[in-house]
Parts: sequence; structure tokens; C-alpha cells
Amino acid sequence: MSLITDLARLEAMASGRAQPTATVRHRHLSARPLVFVPLTTAGETGAPLGALVGTERTAPRLLVVPQPRDRDLRFAFLAELAEIVLPYIGSFADDVEAAERTETDPGTGKRVRTEAELCTDAPQLIVPNRAGIAFVRLLGRSMRFRRTAEADPDSPYPAPPAVPLLGRWLTHFGERSRVPGSALLLAMTDLLTRHWATGQSSLEDQHLGALLAWLTAPPGTSGAQAAHRAELDRDHHGQLLCPPAGPATDPAFDNRLLAPAIERYDRARTALTTAEDGVAADERLGAVTAAEYEIRALVDSRTRPTWDAVWRGLDLLCRLPEGAHVADRWTRDRWSFTGHRDRVLAGEPPQPRRDDAVTAANKLSAREREQARLDAQEALDDPLVMAGRQLAGEAFAGEVTDVVMTHSEGRRPSPRPLVTVRTDDRPRLTVRAKVYRSLAGRPQTAEVVELIEDRDAAAPGAPGAFQAPGGEGTVVVLRVTDKMGRGRDPEPGSVPEKGDHVLFTLFEHDQRGGPKLPDPEETPWTHGGPPGDTAEDPDPVTAEDLL
Amino acid sequence: MVAVPGLPPRRAARPPVDPATAAARATEAILRDTLHGTARGVVVDSPPGAGKSTLVVRAALELAAAGHPLMVVAQTNAQVDDLVLRIAEKAPDLPVGRLHSSDADAYDKALDELPQVRTAAKASELAGLGIVISTAAKWAHVRGVEPWGHAIVDEAYQMRSDGLLAVAGLFERALFVGDPGQLDPFTLVGSDQWAGLSYDPAASAVSTLLAHNPDLPQHRLPVSWRLPASAAPLVSAAFYPYTPFRSGTGHGERALRFAVTSDGSGPDRVIDEAGASGWGLLELPARHTPRTDPEAVHAVAQVVRRLLERGGTTVSERAPEPVPLTADRIAVGTAHRDQAAAVRAALAALGVTDVTVDTANRLQGREYDVTVVLHPLSGRPDATAFHLETGRLCVLASRHRHACIVVCRAGVADLLDDHPSMEPVQLGVTIKFPDGWEANHAVLSHLAEHRVATAP
Repeated sequence: MSLITDLARLEAMASGRAQPTATVRHRHLSARPLVFVPLTTAGETGAPLGALVGTERTAPRLLVVPQPRDRDLRFAFLAELAEIVLPYIGSFADDVEAAERTETDPGTGKRVRTEAELCTDAPQLIVPNRAGIAFVRLLGRSMRFRRTAEADPDSPYPAPPAVPLLGRWLTHFGERSRVPGSALLLAMTDLLTRHWATGQSSLEDQHLGALLAWLTAPPGTSGAQAAHRAELDRDHHGQLLCPPAGPATDPAFDNRLLAPAIERYDRARTALTTAEDGVAADERLGAVTAAEYEIRALVDSRTRPTWDAVWRGLDLLCRLPEGAHVADRWTRDRWSFTGHRDRVLAGEPPQPRRDDAVTAANKLSAREREQARLDAQEALDDPLVMAGRQLAGEAFAGEVTDVVMTHSEGRRPSPRPLVTVRTDDRPRLTVRAKVYRSLAGRPQTAEVVELIEDRDAAAPGAPGAFQAPGGEGTVVVLRVTDKMGRGRDPEPGSVPEKGDHVLFTLFEHDQRGGPKLPDPEETPWTHGGPPGDTAEDPDPVTAEDLL
Repeated sequence: MVAVPGLPPRRAARPPVDPATAAARATEAILRDTLHGTARGVVVDSPPGAGKSTLVVRAALELAAAGHPLMVVAQTNAQVDDLVLRIAEKAPDLPVGRLHSSDADAYDKALDELPQVRTAAKASELAGLGIVISTAAKWAHVRGVEPWGHAIVDEAYQMRSDGLLAVAGLFERALFVGDPGQLDPFTLVGSDQWAGLSYDPAASAVSTLLAHNPDLPQHRLPVSWRLPASAAPLVSAAFYPYTPFRSGTGHGERALRFAVTSDGSGPDRVIDEAGASGWGLLELPARHTPRTDPEAVHAVAQVVRRLLERGGTTVSERAPEPVPLTADRIAVGTAHRDQAAAVRAALAALGVTDVTVDTANRLQGREYDVTVVLHPLSGRPDATAFHLETGRLCVLASRHRHACIVVCRAGVADLLDDHPSMEPVQLGVTIKFPDGWEANHAVLSHLAEHRVATAP
């Protein structure tokens, strides 16, 4: 965590109000996001209990599994979920624009530009918290290898046909969410903590109710107290007033409300199977339906506050203007979405259970590149983020005090102006280091020629002289090395002038691509050689499948 | 020997051979496997200062002499330039290629003065040379060349698995050399999803290599020529409990003396303690502080200044006469870059120049006479995995030939007890022993015997 967010947290703590850590919104928000508030069953991994899902704030669909251990009911839930999510995803798949992308030509090995389709927009899933993202991944993993009746008619509990497809999409969303700056699948708590700092720990920030309490505490009241109430206050039945944002439920809810309701449902179902005539069956079916509705009401009561909280969080975020580079990152998300759409259409098998060595390495290097890109772009888009980088010595702002024109040696001398900048920041610079500034959105490079400490000589070693080192300021002499045109004289506006205020960063604004790794079939001996090329089988039937 | 987790092995009886013989035997075995063995890889574990670079140079020369085309993979440009210079010094007639990036100042200009060294930004321009040396990052971009028969991968424990993946297609077989006790490679983005896979891209190159090729011969260098007799047992026991090593020099073979007597201040007393025993702990009063704890930074700077002012001399097996302790033989080690920057500024304010101040990551592989260390846990309210990392403390505590002075706030032992290791256990991941918690306690309890408490 950076010093500036530490300061923001301390301020939030002292004032009782959340403090902004951004002046613009750093993530793309879709005009039509799909909000997904899932609940899971305690004690059984990946057994959904229910969910609220939808794109309309006022009309979420409530899905419930009245007996979470029942495989048929679980598949019915997943099929219903697929009926909502897949059409939503599909609604983005057909609207395309022509775009160019660079590919490696398999014949020549050269990078060539090719025409490609790019979806003009992409779906966006929003879940309440990071545990929700993990649950989406888990659902994806549990579904994408399911056996359908079509593929394997003999196996018990065949999945409805849409379920494996939903699993592939949820897996894609889950994987994409690991890419820094991506926005296909977002957790509301991450979105809010990116833009505001509260006076509580980042672990406590994962409680959406408490986090929103900090953010929305009315003037004159304490966010800390509001968060405390959101976390702990219970009604006279011992139930939390602000239920946790899931997927896990509160044990008091499980024990006192949910378990008895499920038991009543089980009893009603057993009774139904033992009905001896039509009249009795009708009556007992009514009892089953009543028991089911009771569970639906319980699930609704525990997901609805979170549903509302997610939308309130969206309200808060929408008040911030979008950062300048957000659209650029969203385009990468659109490429990711289009790519997976194409793989599904092409009939490719589901994503493998485990990445092979080359895929894993490629993903890691792509994520590292995106992280560096995100860090640079957020700073360039947002003065408050840049201030944090300046405080950390990774950027400096100041006034140009002198410009001396020099030229490079050689047959065609190019301009190499020496620009002197006086800054009050304390950049961690060394001579010959490269620094960058944004010139009409493109990075201009300069090289540090000289560093002069500009300060009053502090009494060296005087006891108690512990004022922060660095003193009053630094004078940096830079040699600008590019983006000045091809002529002997720089193009107008490409060199700072005396009196200009400039801001240079120590970090690069763009990211270079990493080295090309071997193809998976050329995996070297150090990494176990090429992986087998057998397509992965569906998940085998296990004893747990037949409880 | 079977390692029993949690229990260091009983200290072996004094080996019957002298250090030089033991080291020579290990080197012979390594070269035999490298030159004449049948395995595709040979792994050499080297504790701090055990002559790893010497081994790399020697293996390179012998492979070249046997007519095997060789590529050498190092991790940083400084390491590459250093290797080229060492090889050029040992074999002035041997043509060596230095492959470098296309940036300006891509390599040390000293190489230009060596007629037998050819530098190029393209591998094809160095074709036919007996030895070509570059960084892993640069090798990763080399395409479309005939694979080399042999490779040497230096600092292989600091290379990431994905880095090896990018270069492994360039060679048939390789000698992997490195120090398993130093800092593991890291990534700033999450890589948990691959934890436990044999080819986890964020793991070290050696762990991937050995997971897929468990039968490769593994050697280790048994003697540290850098660490004095006062330091080798502690570093060995705390950081290498299952692969002990010893010092190449005995007690009394090295000495650190000061012409000016102590003025009784904390820094002077800890300098005297370190001069006599090889270790010193300057303990400041317990307090939670920001990372750049001004008092601790000031104390570090004072210790460095007094080390220089008091006219220190070192006696060692390298020279018959005492050698003055100069600024370039002193280093300050910290955990964070902002701490290093703060110490540099404090030293500049005291008029001290030419003392190396850097983070543990950047001090890896370097050697000084005296080191002054700002303890990674000093003044912290918590003990995170970063600050507990075994390799970080190991690097900081094993850069010195004579003495190491640690500056620390009191209360770190209590801090450790309040923060037991609680990292999630990942299936399939080999647990490293010792963990940082254990190693920190071992070092602290040893340092406590050399403690000088001071008021700020």
C-alpha cells in the first residue's frame, strides 16, 4: 500500500468519513451490467443456495435451490441461470465493427496486420465482493466439463445442454478478472476501495455493507460507527440487520432459519412421494410448494440488501467522470470477449483444467504487462494518483528554469535541448536515468544529465536533525531525446519553454511486449516437454455425485 | 541424508579434510559431470561467497577448451559484464561474444578495450564464437539460430521458471549454478492459480527443472570463502540447515581493527563489538515507526561515518599487510528502496560518499568487508511475508568478509511471536525450510549476544 493511501486511511479514521483516492473513475462501467448476487450452502463447496441476477435494478430474477444437495434441483438452478446469462452475453456477440490486429504470420514469422471482427461492446458481470468472483470461477469450473445427455446418454444426472456452455463463459470471466485493469467481471468492493479509502482494514473493506456505510454516512455522523452497526447489529431474533454480501451466509441464519425451512421442505417432499391418491398428492404438492416459497423468501431476504448495495455502489461510481485511458483498457476487454466468442463458435473444447507451461507463462507475462500499463495509465489519468507517485519518488513536477538548445553529433544533427527543471518533489533519480512526460498523449523521453540538490546546508549530523532528507528541492537537468520531429530544429511545442510547468515520470507510459515463448508443442525438456494433445474428458462420475 | 522437517541435523563432526581440498573435490566432481556426464543438466547449490563465479568461469573455460560451443545465461547486465571481464582476464586469447540489448549503454564500455571480446545486438553476428554471454531477458528474444550444445545458467535460483522456458530451447544441456538461500524470484501480480504445478511460471527455474528432471546430478560447494569463521556457522545453521557449509578461514585469520578508540557512543561501542566478534546489534528503543524511521536511518548513517572516521584496517588471508577499510568496502543493506534512499540522503548530509546503499535484492551476489543492515522488521507493527522472507535476511546477513552490524528497534522477537507464519499451504508446493520466522529467530538470538542498546 502506498504512503498516500495510508494517509487517506488515517484521514478517514480521524474524520470518520471515507476519503477519495481518485478523482476519476478508473474502471469501465457498462451501461447495462449484469449484477449477480450468489449465495452458497455452508459445508458443501460449490453448492449454490440461490442468487439474485439481472440487468434491471428494480426487477432482479430470484433463483433458489430449495434442497442444495439435490443434484436435479442444482442443475435446474444452473439451467435457469444459463437462461438469463447466456442471452445477456449473446446480446453483445453480434454487434461488431471491423478492426485491425497484429498477428504473427505462421509462414514468415513476421508480424502482419490483419482485418478482424471486434464486438462493439462486451458484457460486464458485477458481483458484490472478491468471494463472489471466486464463486463465479468455481461455478465455471464445476460446469464446463459436465456431461450432457447428448454427449453421454448413460451417465446419471446429465446436465442441461446450456450448462457446460455457461461454465465456459463463467471460466472466461473468472480468468479475465485476474488481468489487472480488466472490467469483464468486477467485484463491487474492489471498485469502491479503488476510489475511496476508509478508516478500516482492507479485510474489513470486503464487507460490502460496512464499506458502503463508510461511504454513505450522512454528514455529521461517523462512518466508523455506521460500519460497526452494519457488521454486527442484529434484530431480536438474532439475525444480522445487514446480511453478509455472500456467497457465504451468516451461521445464525443457517441454523435458525434456513436449516429448519429446508427440513420442512424435505419432509413435505417425502410426504408427497408417499401420497396414496390424487387428492392427497395435490394437497401434499401444495405443502411442498409452500415450503419452497418459504425458502425463496428467506433467500430473497438475504440477497436483496446486497443487490441494493451493489446498485448504490454503482450510483456512487457513476458520479465520477471516466478516466481517459479507461476506454483503451475496455477495448482490450472487448478483444478478450470477441476472442472467446470465436473459440466457442469454432467448436473448440472447454478451457483445460490446468494451464500448460507455455500458457501459464504467457498469462503471467501478460498480466505483469497489464499491471504496469494500469499503474502508468491511472497516474496519467488522475492527478491524485500521480500525486501518490510523486510522493513515492516515482514522478516529479516542477517549473522549467532554463532551456539550452544543443544538438546531437553526427551527419544529421538532431535537437537535444537541455531543460532545467526545479522541483519540490524528491524523485529517486540517478544520472543517465530516463524520464518520460506526456506530450499530447504520447510519451516523450528525456535523460537525466545532472542532479543538483537545491537546499540550505543543514547542519550535518546535528543531533535531533531528523528532518526528512532531501531538503528543499532538486534541480534536474534533462536532455530531451525524442518526439521533436525530423528537422534540425524541434517542432513548435515539442520542447518545454522557460516558465512552463512540466511533469516527468520515472516509469514508462507504454509497455513493450515480452519475448515470444515457444509453442506448447515445443515445450522444452526443462519444463516436462510438450503436453499430451488428448482433449480433456468430461468430469468422471464420483461417489459424491450420487449422494 | 534425509532431511527431517523442523529439526536441523546434528552438527557433523569436523570434516577430515581442509577447506581447500573439500572445495577442490566438489569442483572436480561438478566439472566431471558437466564435461563427461550423460545427464542433460547439472545443478550446483552454492552458499554465499563459495566461489560460484570462479566455478562458472572455470567451467566456461574448460568447455571452451574442449571445443564445445557455449552460451552463458546470467540475470543482470552487470553480472554479464563481470563474467566477460573475468573470462577475458583468465583467457586473453579466447574469443568471447557479448550479446546486448539495443539500448544505449547496454554494456560496460570496458569491454570495448578487449580485442578478443566482440559485442553485438544480434546473435547471428556472434555466430562461431566459442562463448556467447548475455542476460536471460536478451536470450529470450533470440530466434532462428542453431541450438548451443552447452549452456551455463548463472544465478539460476533467482531466475523465474518462465524465464527458463523462454531460453531452454536454445541449448541441449546446461549447468545450473545458484544460491538457494537468496531471494526467490517474485511477481507483483497474483500467481496463486499455478501454485503447486511443476512448471509454476513464478517459481524458480531450478524448482521447475528438478520437478521435471528429478534424477539430475546435484552438487554443492561446501566452503564459503567470503564469510568469516564468526559468520559461517550462524548463516549455515539459520539458512542452510540441511546443507551445512563452513568458512574457508579459521578464527583469528581475519581481523578488523580501529586506530581511533571508542568515544563511548552507541555507534562506537557496536563497532567495537563487531570488530571483536564479527557481529553487532545496535538496538534502538522499541517504537512503531514509518518505513524510513528517521532515528534508525540516522543511526545507520552514524555507524557508517564512525567506521570511516575511526581509521579501520582489515587483516585477511588476501594480503600480508593490514588494508585500510575504505568507503567502497562498506555497504548498507535495507529491505525497501525508500529506506535505501533515506540512508543515502543521510550519508550525503554527513558528507559520506562512495558507500554502497541498496536493497537486499540489489546486493545479491556482492561482497564487502563490513555491512551495516537496517533490520527488515525494525519498527514494524506487523511481520508480513515480504519482511519475513528468509532470502532477504540471508542476503543481508551474508555480504560481509569481516563484520556485520545490524541496526534495529527493540521488540522484534515479540513481534515475531505475535505473527506466526500463516501463509496458506498450497498443495504440491514444496515447503521451504527454514521458514522466515524460524530463520529470523535464529539470527536474532545470536545477535542478542552482541547487543549494544542505545538511546536515540
